[in-house]
Amino acid sequence: MSSKFSIQRYLRGLVFPFCPGCGNFIVVNSFLKAVHELGHQDLSGFVFCSGIGCAAWIPSPYFLADSIHTPHGRSIPVATGVKLFRPELEVVVFGGDGDLAGIGLNHLIHAARRNVDIKVIMVNNMVYGMTGGQVAPTTPFGTVTTTTPYKSFERPLDVTRLIAAAGANYAARWTTVHPEQFKEAVKKALKIRGFSFIEMVSQCPTAFGRRAGFKNVAEMLQWFKQNSILKEKAEKMNWKELEGKIVIGEFVCRQEPTLGDNVRQNIWRKTHG
Amino acid sequence: MASLLGSGVYFWQGNEACAYGAIAAGCRFFAAYPITPSSEIAERLARLLPLVDGIFIQMEDELASINAVIGASWAGAKAMTATSGPGFSLMQESIGYAFMTETPCVIVNVQRVGPSTGQATKAAQGDVMQARWGTHGDYVPIVLSPNSVQEMFQLTVRAFNLAEKYRTPVILLVDEIVGHMREKIEVPPIKEICIVNRKKPKKGDRSFFAWAEVAPMPTLGEGFNVSVTGSTHDEYGVRFTADPEVHRRLISNLVDKIEKHRNDIVELEAWNTDDCSTAIICFGCTSRAVYEAVEEARRKGVNVGYVRLKTLWPFPAETIRRLAQRVEKIVVPEMNLRQLFYEVERAAYGMAEVTAVNKIGGGQIITPEEILEEILS
Repeated sequence: MSSKFSIQRYLRGLVFPFCPGCGNFIVVNSFLKAVHELGHQDLSGFVFCSGIGCAAWIPSPYFLADSIHTPHGRSIPVATGVKLFRPELEVVVFGGDGDLAGIGLNHLIHAARRNVDIKVIMVNNMVYGMTGGQVAPTTPFGTVTTTTPYKSFERPLDVTRLIAAAGANYAARWTTVHPEQFKEAVKKALKIRGFSFIEMVSQCPTAFGRRAGFKNVAEMLQWFKQNSILKEKAEKMNWKELEGKIVIGEFVCRQEPTLGDNVRQNIWRKTHG
Repeated sequence: MASLLGSGVYFWQGNEACAYGAIAAGCRFFAAYPITPSSEIAERLARLLPLVDGIFIQMEDELASINAVIGASWAGAKAMTATSGPGFSLMQESIGYAFMTETPCVIVNVQRVGPSTGQATKAAQGDVMQARWGTHGDYVPIVLSPNSVQEMFQLTVRAFNLAEKYRTPVILLVDEIVGHMREKIEVPPIKEICIVNRKKPKKGDRSFFAWAEVAPMPTLGEGFNVSVTGSTHDEYGVRFTADPEVHRRLISNLVDKIEKHRNDIVELEAWNTDDCSTAIICFGCTSRAVYEAVEEARRKGVNVGYVRLKTLWPFPAETIRRLAQRVEKIVVPEMNLRQLFYEVERAAYGMAEVTAVNKIGGGQIITPEEILEEILS
């Protein structure tokens, strides 16, 4: 660390559009602190890709950096195209659970399978927030949302476990009551080569909390705190005990060759004799 | 490159010529999903691109393919994807995105019989209007239509040049017959192939979007801090999701950028249209039957001419209007149920009789006899 952390150094100076109490502020802060602690004085060399939704507005256009705000769900293929052609760039994807695990889930799985060297941060607020609070593939069973007025009747997807299984080099989950752990995970993800995925379980007081029965942001954070279980402990529990819990921690950390490595070393070396 | 593709005479398939044309144009990134009848383009580029340090990647679907192409284009690549009708439908949202964000790229659609899965291996020309109006909102696409293996090569190069020049997606609308047929092709020496590259910004430039002329395009990672968005934006890439004026200015600039250069973009082949009494308007594989029908008609003493559209969109309405003033009848043969026909009828403005010859299904081409019959009727 060569200087004191100043968040303005990394921002364009535009006003973030998020609601009061939104978890995105914690994500912005912790992410940029991680970048700072890794010694980056600015965001040159970074490219941010994000789709549609509140979390997609974290980098675009607020970060003082190159950013591509893509069609809904398509940030990962755009990022894949960027990274394959310009491997020296640090490509980071921000998105919500709807964007990355709903409409864009196919790309997320395949990017993990390919182990393309991009970093994906999924802010999971368990709801479609920007469109007004509709049920998402991550909404806990039995939650009232605008499209599940009689409580949701589908089971949520464990995205981080799925991505760890799909072949990512790094996958971790934290919540907004764990900003330090999240920051450290970001640093680790940025240092590790290969597909890295961090899920940040986050509060949406406006579109999720008030219908789901939370009186305020503090109650939501309390809910995260009380229901979070470290992965090491969770491994000793059965599925019934884990119902409704948030398993936090590192799901995978390895150093398998990346897509770019394989394209350049295996294919190009062969074709060039 | 020179060793990869020497000039000379070859016997190639249309899809193969497209792949070589892409390499000649400078394409160094290709992403696609397998689909009949376009897969040979991907198969050929999978072999060729690694030889020129380019990237080939087979994506998980067509949505991923077009978006990887868009990402690569911003990373500085000349990039292309190839598909057929069903995949082309899936790409539409992102073709609109490429138009909105002024992302140069080439989309090849080797048409097959639709709608839906239709007849996957059979030729059709049913995507004329999808190519024009496929995405939502207001926009102007550039769509080129080759009718030979030679033109598959040439128009692929031209598609890249137009995409780079106007910073916009360009669609190469092929039909299965042109994509799959094999014929002689003459590849010119690489030095004689005209190559256009996108205009780059100067240090300190900040305005990269929404000019009435073409704005310079920064490459990611060059320190321009470019903000690319498919939302309505100003010239600095900043979103304006409600302001009517910003939206009107953006879209009219993007449309004008192409409309004002119609003369540069529109290419057509016209023959004997100055004094003919009947004219045929055609494109793609159907034009091959038109050539024969016209000769046969002239042998029978009927004065016939034709216009073949090498550029389908923007549509050369003014050319058709002037033609309609001179001729009595215009015949529009096409392998669909009247898609170009209505556009021609609109341009003719009642000044000439416009008739159609249509055939769909089974990849059956419209024969010279069927066109002749319509000419003589």
